[in-house]
Amino acid sequence: MYPAKFEYFPPRTLEEALSLLAKYGDEGKVLAGGQSLIPLMKLRFAAPRALIDLNRIEGLDQLVEEDGGLRIGALVRTKACERSQLLRDRYRALADAAPQISDPIVRNRGTVVGSLAHADPQGDWGSVMLAVGARVEARGSGGTRTIPIEQFFQGPFASALEPDEIVTSVVVPDPGPRASGTYLKLERKVGDFATVGVAVHLSLDNGRVRRAGIGLTAVAPTNVRATKAEEALAGAELNDASIRNAAELAAQAAEPRSDLRGSADYKRHIVQVFTERGLRTAAEAAGAA
Amino acid sequence: MAVVEEKVTTWLGRSVKRKEDDRFLQGRGNYIEDIKLPGMLYMAILRSPYAHARILSIDTAAAMQVPGVVAVVTGADLVAHKLAWMPTLSGDTQAVLATDKVRMQGQEVACVIAEDVYTAHDALGLIDVDYEPLPVVTNPQQALAEGAPVIRDDKEGKTDNRIYHWEAGDQGATERAFAQADRVVSIGMHYPRCHPSPLECCGCVADVNPASGKVTIYMTSQAPHAHRTVFALVTGLPEQNIQIISPDLGGGFGNKVPIYPGYVVATAASLLIGRPVKWIEDRTGNLISTGFARDFYMDGELALRQDGKMLGLRVNMLSDQGYAYADAQPSKFKAGLFHVVTGSYDIPAAHVVTDGAYTNKAPGGVAYRCSFRVTEASFFIERLVQKAAYELGLDPAELRRLNFIQPEQFPYTSATGFVYDSGDYERALDLALEKVGYRELRQEQAKLRQEGKGKLLGIGLASFTEVVGAGPGRQFDILGIRMFDSAELRVHPTGKAILKLGVKSQGQGHETTFAQIVSNELGIPPQDVMVQEGDTDNTPYGLGTYASRSTPTGGAATAVVARELREKAKRIAAHLLEAAAEDLEWELGRFFVRGTPDRGVTIQDVAFAAYTNLPEGMQAGLEGVHYYDPPNMTYPFGSYVVVVDIDAGTGQWKVRRVVAVDDCGVRINPMIVEGQIMGGLTEGLGMAAMELITFDEEGNCIGSNFMDYLLPTSMETPHFDLFETVTPSPHHPIGCKGVGESATVGSPAAYVNAVIDALAPYEITNIDMPVTSDKVWEALRSKGVGA
Ligand SMILES: Cc1cc2nc3c(=O)[nH]c(=O)nc-3n(C[C@H](O)[C@H](O)[C@H](O)COP(=O)(O)OP(=O)(O)OC[C@H]3O[C@@H](n4cnc5c(N)ncnc54)[C@H](O)[C@@H]3O)c2cc1C
Repeated sequence: MYPAKFEYFPPRTLEEALSLLAKYGDEGKVLAGGQSLIPLMKLRFAAPRALIDLNRIEGLDQLVEEDGGLRIGALVRTKACERSQLLRDRYRALADAAPQISDPIVRNRGTVVGSLAHADPQGDWGSVMLAVGARVEARGSGGTRTIPIEQFFQGPFASALEPDEIVTSVVVPDPGPRASGTYLKLERKVGDFATVGVAVHLSLDNGRVRRAGIGLTAVAPTNVRATKAEEALAGAELNDASIRNAAELAAQAAEPRSDLRGSADYKRHIVQVFTERGLRTAAEAAGAA
Repeated sequence: MAVVEEKVTTWLGRSVKRKEDDRFLQGRGNYIEDIKLPGMLYMAILRSPYAHARILSIDTAAAMQVPGVVAVVTGADLVAHKLAWMPTLSGDTQAVLATDKVRMQGQEVACVIAEDVYTAHDALGLIDVDYEPLPVVTNPQQALAEGAPVIRDDKEGKTDNRIYHWEAGDQGATERAFAQADRVVSIGMHYPRCHPSPLECCGCVADVNPASGKVTIYMTSQAPHAHRTVFALVTGLPEQNIQIISPDLGGGFGNKVPIYPGYVVATAASLLIGRPVKWIEDRTGNLISTGFARDFYMDGELALRQDGKMLGLRVNMLSDQGYAYADAQPSKFKAGLFHVVTGSYDIPAAHVVTDGAYTNKAPGGVAYRCSFRVTEASFFIERLVQKAAYELGLDPAELRRLNFIQPEQFPYTSATGFVYDSGDYERALDLALEKVGYRELRQEQAKLRQEGKGKLLGIGLASFTEVVGAGPGRQFDILGIRMFDSAELRVHPTGKAILKLGVKSQGQGHETTFAQIVSNELGIPPQDVMVQEGDTDNTPYGLGTYASRSTPTGGAATAVVARELREKAKRIAAHLLEAAAEDLEWELGRFFVRGTPDRGVTIQDVAFAAYTNLPEGMQAGLEGVHYYDPPNMTYPFGSYVVVVDIDAGTGQWKVRRVVAVDDCGVRINPMIVEGQIMGGLTEGLGMAAMELITFDEEGNCIGSNFMDYLLPTSMETPHFDLFETVTPSPHHPIGCKGVGESATVGSPAAYVNAVIDALAPYEITNIDMPVTSDKVWEALRSKGVGA
């Protein structure tokens, strides 16, 4: 478990980091919490020539509400999300997901943005962000751009980022006054990646669903939205029938593969059970039931 | 502050704080990785990506060019020194570095020795090996089938993959028992391959002094003396020149009993280069190449009378040994002590048939926290007994009670030839059932079943009996060396003692427990007794620590040698007191003249006199050594009850309660005993719920890191309620039985029985370990149950 040789740069500003990244191109890697990148380097699955450490750049650790939405800076740790009262009150899916990610040591270091940039189909944050309809803000030599989350994941470990781009934050839109959500994860033990994960978000309006978001973990080449289920719920009343129907549609959106964690049938079944359970929990918390 | 000291009359049964913990808790332990010698080089191992392949060529030129690389060693280099192959502890052979073929994924192919560890790993990537892949054998059924590729074609005349065929018990008597049976209940299962996974992987620092020829090997060894002898035999080096030092060990669990290629190559390299060489194994290396555990396929039948009385047992076992037969086990028993499979039950007839086969997997079959395969045996019988209870319509507790060996039957000779020393099985079971509230649980279960709302409650029992403490020399040897163990005790002039042992702690608390044994015999308090282990030059010869043998053998030797010193002390005391030795009485720590308790001398006074004021003609000193050959094995036992709740929607199961009653005879340090039991109950949960080393059809090992090979954490581990009964061993000097493995042996069946108990109404009779949520769900679905 010894990485190959690399050069290490701790820039103080984003501009400096961007110019280093531009210089090294494909051979440079941004380091955030290091909880995905360092293990890959130790296994020599990744051998970047330059490591550009974002951790000394000021201002990237903001977890704040702005214009009614939530801004999560590139250095916000999963632990900060776990501890945040704001998330528990207003962004419940995020609050419920955070403590289910790995173990305390990994959460102390690992960042939300790093997890998204890593684009692991087994990552939990991706599904949560799909459910809440987040957008990713990135800066590169060409300037700043905003990428809707559903366009961000391109394949296993592949995102829409250009090699010279750094994600500065991810922004979650205002859920509205009557909203809730949750995250359900089937793992074999604490610290395990998801066998299946389901993120659910509900925004209500007059007893009906204004917006439903359902994101699925580990059942497709990327984190995916259960779009048909979301559409079926939009505008609907939440009752046994609509919840069951949505859960079935969510299961259909999953394309899991059989492996040691279980058969494809099993995983699809878990998507259905978790979607149903998640919708009931969220509906109750949002005051619909 | 004045401390009122209570008068100590015994040091047994006292939870003395562990003496070794001060240094461990303060980061002052001395593990293999802490050892750094001047001029030390670092070794890294190149491993085979293939499970079975012919090596066409190995090109090391580019690796040699890397600045800082001192040597690249291949099998061909070792051939020149007759070191390419080495013997295993079961008398088979295993490659040190592959010469002709690789026979498992992860097999050692070449080693780089460099000035630093990074350079060594950089160079590994530059070694170019040309392989020709061969057909792969990944299970023993395949291995024994007609036309299977012969894995060990290196062995002259070997034409198949069979390693051994070994039987125990009486076939004829067993057939007659089955002929008389009203009911025959059968079960088949695979106890899957798992791994001991000590937190510290293996490693060594080999230091050969080119001038003196002295070979010092610091290595992760549970059996340093045996390893020294094997090193002498393998290398031809004179044994007195070899010193093995096993420093603090970060766990062993059986994994550090075998000798691994890394130790041998590092030593050879140090010999040839003339500088110390360090090798530290990484986690993947440990998981894929070192001693694994279990991998037994077991089928068997129990013959019963209608009323539940067991008449006979038949078991067939097929073992997946990997590419070398490398179990560390007594040579007379080819499948270890698996034939203790009749367990806690008075079964008049039994017949056990075992076969071992080569496959393209890591060698071994170490007894992971287990006395030579008693774990598999115990699991099998406890699973079978539960199934029999269901088929007869009896409560599983009742069927056990009906068939337990009764207290008055001890010493009890089992149908396969074991002589159980002592036991009271019903008492342990009754206590466990009472503590868990068995009747109420069964009522709750009946109610839930009636309601039928998908809430599944399961109650699993296991009433195990172990056989530990190998062992009597006439029956037990490893490579011919009898399995005695030894203790050397010296009391210094100031009354402080040093105890040197042939066994070797890996976390079991020897420094405290064995000090207490001395304290109990001589009255010297534990903090005044230093315990030394692991250095072959400074401890008496012994076979090491595994198979719960340290207290039954080394502990017994300690008690005996301490008693011998007490005899001498008595004669010195008589001299000091000017009395006849026969007139002296002993209270802990002091001799006094019978009838005049004031006229006495302490053991410390006596120790001083042993060097300063001796009776005429007596040798100076207070020192002795004892080699203890146990008259019999010891048979610890217990009853465990596990309660689980199952989520029928997902198949996930959660442990609600664990009640464990253990009887390991006399407990020396109850705190340490409970620590051992809790650890074992946790490991039992790991095996039952998640631990698995498996292979795809190409022989790729799945389970090669801790993201795939799952160990339970504190979060999965339930609370354990521990209780005890005490049935002393009649033949052990202080009545102890050994407890290091009881819970690893006994608990897996309790967990699995609990899950199966919940599923029993649906006629689900077996799920192989690890019992994962998907398997539970699939089982329910196959019976048309579940959402
Ligand atoms: C034992 C263990 C268990 C884990 N279990 C889980 C789990 O259950 N669920 C889960 O979701 N995750 C899990 N993880 C992953 C963990 O959450 C990671 O922390 C996270 O995926 C990556 O975040 P990071 O900050 O550590 O990123 P890093 O490792 O620093 O980086 C990851 C990748 O993202 C890139 N990157 C990081 N930040 C940026 C940025 N601002 N802009 C552009 N690119 C960037 C890096 O270059 C790298 O390619 C686990 C990790 C470990 C070690």
